Amino acid sequence: MALPKYTETRYRIWHYFYLFMCTCVFFFLIAPLFVIFPLSFNAEEFLVFSDGMKRLDPDAFSLRWYKDMIYGTKNPWGLATKNSFIIATFATIGSVILGTVAALGLSSRHMPYKGIIMATLISPMIVPLIISGVAIFFFMAKAGLAATHTGIILAHIVLGTPFVVITVTATLSGFDHSVTRAASSLGSDPVNTFMKITLPLILPGVISGGLFAFVTSFDEVVVVLFLAGLENTTIPIQMWTGLREQLSPTILAVATCLIVLSTLILVTAELLRRRSERIRGISR
Amino acid sequence: MSSETKQILTTDGTPLEVSLKKAEKKNKIKAFLLVAPLLLFLIITYIFPIGEMLFRSVDDRMVTNMLPKTFKAMEKWDGKELPSEEVFEAFYLDYKFLVEEKTFGKLATQLNYEKNGFKSILKKLKRKMKKFEQGNYKEQIMNVHKRWANVEYWRAIKRRAPDITYSKYLKAMDMFKNEEGKISQVSEDRRVHRILWLRTLEVAFFVTILCFLMAYPIAHLLATLPMKYSNLLMICVLLPFWTSLLVRTASWMILLQQQGIVNDFFVWIGLVGDENRPEMMYNKTGTYVAMTQILLPFMVLPLYSVMKTISPSLMRAGKSLGGTPFVAFWKVYFPLTIPGIGAGCLLVFILAIGYYITPALVGGASGTLISNQIAFHMKSTLDWSFASAMGLMLLTGVLVIYWIYNKLVGVDNIKLG
Repeated sequence: MALPKYTETRYRIWHYFYLFMCTCVFFFLIAPLFVIFPLSFNAEEFLVFSDGMKRLDPDAFSLRWYKDMIYGTKNPWGLATKNSFIIATFATIGSVILGTVAALGLSSRHMPYKGIIMATLISPMIVPLIISGVAIFFFMAKAGLAATHTGIILAHIVLGTPFVVITVTATLSGFDHSVTRAASSLGSDPVNTFMKITLPLILPGVISGGLFAFVTSFDEVVVVLFLAGLENTTIPIQMWTGLREQLSPTILAVATCLIVLSTLILVTAELLRRRSERIRGISR
Repeated sequence: MSSETKQILTTDGTPLEVSLKKAEKKNKIKAFLLVAPLLLFLIITYIFPIGEMLFRSVDDRMVTNMLPKTFKAMEKWDGKELPSEEVFEAFYLDYKFLVEEKTFGKLATQLNYEKNGFKSILKKLKRKMKKFEQGNYKEQIMNVHKRWANVEYWRAIKRRAPDITYSKYLKAMDMFKNEEGKISQVSEDRRVHRILWLRTLEVAFFVTILCFLMAYPIAHLLATLPMKYSNLLMICVLLPFWTSLLVRTASWMILLQQQGIVNDFFVWIGLVGDENRPEMMYNKTGTYVAMTQILLPFMVLPLYSVMKTISPSLMRAGKSLGGTPFVAFWKVYFPLTIPGIGAGCLLVFILAIGYYITPALVGGASGTLISNQIAFHMKSTLDWSFASAMGLMLLTGVLVIYWIYNKLVGVDNIKLG
């Protein structure tokens, strides 16, 4: 953003001030994440940078908290990780199937009461999580599904579907329906048409919706707090407990792993988004 | 008859119009059937339970069912003076039954919500009741504790007679129905809920403003920079967006603690002395800082997607027509970004008003919001009907904003990533 030569001084000053402000905001957004990395390699138990770390003394760094995370006695992280992955995987599968099918119906121009139905389907994303948590807890307690994996998975399907509905509907908005008509006229039945024609074309949207659903489930703590028993503990629950009781460096080791995971998901989501835009012909 | 007025028929002889309508209807049903599984699933597991919250928040049959004889006997009582022997006897019989069933504890809890001090006198009554003699229960009960001879306590019992109560909603507004059945406010030092509602609104409002002030310049920068730079900077927005909420809250807990980096920095630049480092966590400051950073991406993304569509030639045109850059910005660019501002502000406000995790971890006592109170009553006091009442009040507020959002922006225009 080079300024033209004729720019007056006061606008020049204003421009640099604006760039400075932007830098500050970007710093504010991203810097907190990077505090966690070095501290998770701290050799000491305190959550501050020790003098050794400031001097970059190799002895001040260690992997002990990572070891503690994996091998530690009374270690809750193994079970929590297993549960988190099981719950998130099944919740994602459920959300993707229900959400994609619903999005297909919603994008049809014949759909009656589109506005109100869309608003209903999106509502779990808008309603505060604490209220969703209370409501779903009442349902699960009645259905006898409290403190079971099934209950938590169903709850996370509720929370995950809005994301799938939104992303798939967005992908379908640029979808050329004449290709499905062409398939039908050539004798393909609707299921075959969907699997062979529609699905491959909307796949980027489906996968990115699925990623949202996965992250939502993987990161969700409010509803699980109401539903989970000791057996159903998840990574967010363990982090929540740890953060409430005492901030131990082991949590930072876990947090570092989670940041790495979210970076991977971000990269995947970005690549998918670009691919989807290319397919839909919205080149940038 | 001329050929124009003749109906056009399809091959099987039905009029085309009818046939078309039939096909349209079939398509409608087809589309609806695709949405039906999810809709049904949500109605059963989500919408219906929210409706149940409404029922639970006003349902008061528990006490009614526990003291059936008492309420029957109380029907004739005018509530001015102590009730008659008949009421005392009915209460004795009801309570004896509850003690035998071992469910008297629930009654004690419920009545204690109505008036403090019930728990102890009910316990005392339970102990003394074993030695009660037949007849003249009024005197015997009144001898157990002097509060039993206080008409206020009997009025409190009578207030729980109806099946439906709005007391939980009144309680959430720090009001109650007094002895004469009038709605009045609780004493000033006990108005905790109103403070929480106001604080929730205040925090949501200021977090929205702060997010807007910070998001506007960077969204503008992202939208105007060449692609290769803006893609890189976009990561700064998207990485926090994808990162676990708890991880981000944890990083703020590290940064804001008294020996933390932010305080170190303040000491280093000489803003504060090393001895009196300010408390920045476990109060409202912590809530503000952490929530602003966490919700910032939700403001940047809608603003960015609107700014991206504004052609830069508009600003150039404004300037070439004699406007200074500020005038051109204010008269041309800013009005065009208003849809994005509306979308972003409403989204952030909706999310902020129901925030739970971050205030609970960094908010301390002075930085917690109404959500934390709901969770407290769900998990600690187990007063689920009160939690439901507060939840529904919050939900009503959110739905109003959601409705406005839907009117202004349209839910199908929500963009992710």
